[in-house]
Amino acid sequence: MTVMSYLGAIGAAQREAMDADERVIIIGEDVEANVYGTTGGGKSRSDKGDFLQRYGKNRIRNTPISEEGIVGAAAGAAMTGLRPIVDLSYSSFLYMAMDQFVNQVAKNRYMFGGQASMPVVFRSAMFYGLNTGAHHSDRPYPMFMNVPGLKIIAPATPSDAKGLLRSAVDSDDPILSFEACLLWSAKEDVDENEFWVPLGVARTARVGTDVTVVAISSSVPEAVAAAEELAKEGVSVEVIDPRTLVPLDRDAILRSVAKTGRLVVAEPAHRTCGAAAEISALVAEEIFDSLKAPIIRVTAPDMQIPFSPSLEKQMYPTKVTIAAAIRRVVDLPALQPVAAAV
Amino acid sequence: MAELARDTLREMQLRMLRIRAFDERASKMVKRGHIPGTVHTSIGQEAQVVGATMALGAGDYMSGNHRSHGHPIGKGSPLGPLMAELVGKATGVCKGKGGSLHLADFAVGSLGESGIVGSSIPIANGAALSSKVLNNGKVALAFFGDGAANQGVLYESMNMAGVWDLPMIFLCENNQYALSTPAHTVTSGIISERAAGFGMPGIRVEEGQDVLAVYDAVSKAVARARAGDGPTLVEVMTYRYNEHSEGLRLGTDYRNAEERDAWLKKDPIMLFRHYLASHGFSDDELDGLQATALAEVDAAVAFSDASPYPDLSVAFDDLYTDKESAA
Repeated sequence: MTVMSYLGAIGAAQREAMDADERVIIIGEDVEANVYGTTGGGKSRSDKGDFLQRYGKNRIRNTPISEEGIVGAAAGAAMTGLRPIVDLSYSSFLYMAMDQFVNQVAKNRYMFGGQASMPVVFRSAMFYGLNTGAHHSDRPYPMFMNVPGLKIIAPATPSDAKGLLRSAVDSDDPILSFEACLLWSAKEDVDENEFWVPLGVARTARVGTDVTVVAISSSVPEAVAAAEELAKEGVSVEVIDPRTLVPLDRDAILRSVAKTGRLVVAEPAHRTCGAAAEISALVAEEIFDSLKAPIIRVTAPDMQIPFSPSLEKQMYPTKVTIAAAIRRVVDLPALQPVAAAV
Repeated sequence: MAELARDTLREMQLRMLRIRAFDERASKMVKRGHIPGTVHTSIGQEAQVVGATMALGAGDYMSGNHRSHGHPIGKGSPLGPLMAELVGKATGVCKGKGGSLHLADFAVGSLGESGIVGSSIPIANGAALSSKVLNNGKVALAFFGDGAANQGVLYESMNMAGVWDLPMIFLCENNQYALSTPAHTVTSGIISERAAGFGMPGIRVEEGQDVLAVYDAVSKAVARARAGDGPTLVEVMTYRYNEHSEGLRLGTDYRNAEERDAWLKKDPIMLFRHYLASHGFSDDELDGLQATALAEVDAAVAFSDASPYPDLSVAFDDLYTDKESAA
């Protein structure tokens, strides 16, 4: 084991994947200069292990700022023998390529009766919580959950970032990876050997018996922190991190809620038609009789993200808002007025 | 142009006849309800399609658009599974999941037709990127119409192909109408001249009903691509005889009779028959080609008729590589 940051773990996975299979290439804006720190051994071009030096310009390619053309070309390349990793930098940029994601990447295998394989990974960073304003702060993974044919991962820890990315690159289905910048500097011990976290398998981040919190992306560490707070008051909280949103590990969620009888779902995306809405509906449909309290969602409100730090900070789930939701489902008195985001 | 082998000339005419016969039959089948939905025929555009597809090698890639049957037929795809796909049968080339708009036959390098105008252009560009990275000598061609020439993704793709020297041919089928809209009323300048902005050759084939003229132009582009010298934009002037889609009845006569008659006089199959007749092909042989094409279409319809519709149970197959991930 070695200590890795979230970004460092992604870089390690990309390096392992590039070493393991010559068909893997990395394309995207600014990948040659290792601007985001995932295509090099360190932070600078001259560092040992720089991807451009190691793999050459044939497999590490800067692209023009042409998202629709990039995503379509990656799809065509995937259909003809390559296994591209596409670095789209900010998640908000995915909208530029919506036609290619929805009409080509997601549909080609099905429309063509299984003739097309689509082994391609589209990585993007959700830049929320960093005062970058509305154009850079989106958490758009629920939109893509509504597109059959795509698989979606949202790793919340360095180990999952590494292991899920290896599985994504090895998958013959198209994968969108949503990586929260708020997690980039998170560090933990990570296996420096190759390992794969399977797609569609949730992780139990914390075991508990009274309440299940299903948390996504940067809401996972917030939920764990909330659980630790509530433990001091004798409330035992289980935290489930789905890790993969499509396919969703329904069984793990249902098993946990059947055990605890209470569900809070926390995620940084908008409230309407979000992953939290889907998970809430799943539980209500499948195991309504197990519920001892109404389900509560803790999400971002259906608002655009304001620039000013004083306005933005209340937009996403925090350990305080998640803890408040947990208190409600176990009938503990509120510590403070429930925040607008709950 | 080098003298073409007799077999190549023969095959060109046969493929054009196949497309004509296939699309004339498909048009009738739509009107009788035998084919559900609608189809977009390539009748009148056979020279443009076959001149381009026969300039490609068997292992080369192509992507196409809604005017979709000619491309795989021109690339050598067998007619039976294509016809079965149009009808929605389990034996269709896409197992009945795609239909007319989404024909694809990976066995002949056909990476798929597209119902979204311009959307398949970057797919071919990506295939060209594969060829470049894997250094396998294959080239890729994207078919698109004069309508798609005004989609931004074309220019993103041309720029990328140019800067990466991809083995790519951008093939604009300029049939002069985007559904009812005359191309010149929505298109600034000459499409082929736009190539200059991307540092690549742009060729306009004015005689797009002459299969040899198209073949010659596209062959040059293919040779350039295969030599590693990068992409080419080829614009072929042509004309569709039928309505934009079968069954469509437009209220206004947007194309006048004189224009249509002038193009009918340059019918690609008729033109090439005259050429072949003056180059040692007998009338019997040329009639035989026509009979062969018609018989192949009859056999394709019979194959489709004898095939079952897909079982309901397969509706969830092939969304993902694993069935479990589908809802």
